[in-house]
Amino acid sequence: MGKFSGFRVTIAQVFKPKVTGNYPKTKRPKPERFHGRHVLNRYEDGMEKCIGCELCAAVCPAQCIYVRGADNPPNAPVSPGERYGIVFEIDYLRCIHCDLCVEACPTEAITETKLFEFSFTNRQDAIYTKRELLVDDNGRAQRQPWELWLGDEDDQTSGWMRATASAGQAAFEGQVGWSGELGVGVRTPEPSQDKTRTAEAADDTEEVALG
Amino acid sequence: MINFLGADPLLSGDIDLTVVLIVVVKTLIIFVLLLVGVMLYIWGMRKVIADMQNRIGPQKAGPFGILQSLADGIKLFFKEQSEPAGSDHRVYLLAPYLSIIPAFLAFAIVPIGGTVSIAGHMTELQLADPEIGVLFLLAMSGIGLYGIMLAGWSSGSKYPLLGSVRASAQMLSYEAALGLAIVGVLVHSGTLSTRAIVNQQAWTGIGSIFTDWFWLPAIGAFVIFLISALAETNHPPFDLAEAEQELTGGFNTEYTGIRFALFYLAEFMNVITMCAIAVTLFLGGPNGPGLGFVASTSWLNTWLMPIFWFFLKLMILLYATVWVRASLPRMRYDRLMDFSWKVMIESAFLWAMATGVIVVGRNEGWNLWIVTPAVAIGAFAIYYLLMACVPSNKELEEIR
Repeated sequence: MGKFSGFRVTIAQVFKPKVTGNYPKTKRPKPERFHGRHVLNRYEDGMEKCIGCELCAAVCPAQCIYVRGADNPPNAPVSPGERYGIVFEIDYLRCIHCDLCVEACPTEAITETKLFEFSFTNRQDAIYTKRELLVDDNGRAQRQPWELWLGDEDDQTSGWMRATASAGQAAFEGQVGWSGELGVGVRTPEPSQDKTRTAEAADDTEEVALG
Repeated sequence: MINFLGADPLLSGDIDLTVVLIVVVKTLIIFVLLLVGVMLYIWGMRKVIADMQNRIGPQKAGPFGILQSLADGIKLFFKEQSEPAGSDHRVYLLAPYLSIIPAFLAFAIVPIGGTVSIAGHMTELQLADPEIGVLFLLAMSGIGLYGIMLAGWSSGSKYPLLGSVRASAQMLSYEAALGLAIVGVLVHSGTLSTRAIVNQQAWTGIGSIFTDWFWLPAIGAFVIFLISALAETNHPPFDLAEAEQELTGGFNTEYTGIRFALFYLAEFMNVITMCAIAVTLFLGGPNGPGLGFVASTSWLNTWLMPIFWFFLKLMILLYATVWVRASLPRMRYDRLMDFSWKVMIESAFLWAMATGVIVVGRNEGWNLWIVTPAVAIGAFAIYYLLMACVPSNKELEEIR
């Protein structure tokens, strides 16, 4: 057919599933370690995990984090330890979502959700304070009106993964070195990173190739 | 008087107020039909192309995005109009209308239904049935060419000028092939009136698709007509007039807002009209099987079914045009002109001549078993003789 084989190609597509989705109404599944906006986690008893140590601010390559710690009030402690983060601000005009703050955090207080669909109309709104970052009483990230949340998928945080493959060993798996979180408890360990071992991992590569 | 107005029985008697009203209503219906048709065609085109590219396509405006073109039109209406300082103001304003009005008029001769009775008057479901028939189509597409030509010329800008020169050369070239392809049908039908042509393709059973409808007896003309109709309407793969990568849009570069929309509208309207004419000339127009379980005089069979068959055939052809649009890359300009002058016009001409000989032979009682092969051999011989006179591309390269 030569010159006319294009017709077969185009008509064949009609019967194939669509590549694009109904985006703002539905979202495609994101990779498991996707880095979105941060949340400040709480323990299962409702205490804040952040101890105000400023390690995240120190490690941040974009210098977008500002933290100040303070002593816990003795009769109404905010966190289980001695100190807590009284100020916690992240400037999302600077943040590059590198996840280094999550790695640096000694108490797993800061993790990243998968949500990246948020926008601002001025610079002030781009600075998330503790009021926006802290998870709500159900342990879920607060849904701000300028963010596009759909379903629960975006709630999956990134940090707990690394806890099960510590020291960068890809073969290391199956041990959860991660304390429980409010509303979630102890998360299940990460699946193996060896791509030949699980079907789930094989699906992941397909997803990346499509995208 | 009668001859000028055509063979519509509505106009053969006294012309009273009712007749005038019927004509006015028909005019309005054609007008609205074309506008809504273009709207739906653009939407459908975007949806079908999206299908063929694994996408979803417009989906936000209205159910399934069906109002997308309406939204686009409204947006264009309210956009600011700008005009280049070097433009020829009056011609610049005139050009879009020279494009859109013939596009509307050309549809007037298309029979979209059978002959029906409205308020006691028998009338054909088409706006006009002049004796010149399909020549009117050629005339209108010829005038539409002026719109494009003057638009480019009056813009006072280089790209539109280049685009319009290209477009007018292209449309002129393919108009010749288009006209000769129509001759291939006219030799069979012996009349120019679209209604008479449609009546000759009456439905007498499933076999009439192959014997009575002209697409098979005039298969060569049919193919040539479809290709040159695409070229005539600047439809991909022949959309050299707007070749946006080269000409930033071509003849309509300097047009904005509703004036631009008029060109856009005219282009798609011409595609619809050309497909409708193809249905009329080759695919039996509104003819098709009626509903067996109701009387043949029922409104279902006189009104509904012919209109249904017409639009079904039209949609199939329009789907095919979209398929072509999605599949084929744009032709190179010199190949486009070569294709017209070296292939299409010769083929159409020889097809018309050969058909003429065979039709005459049939009427005169010649032995068709001898005449047909002789004509075919003769036609091929003439074609290759002509081709031998034309320098090949290699020789042309050497000349350059």
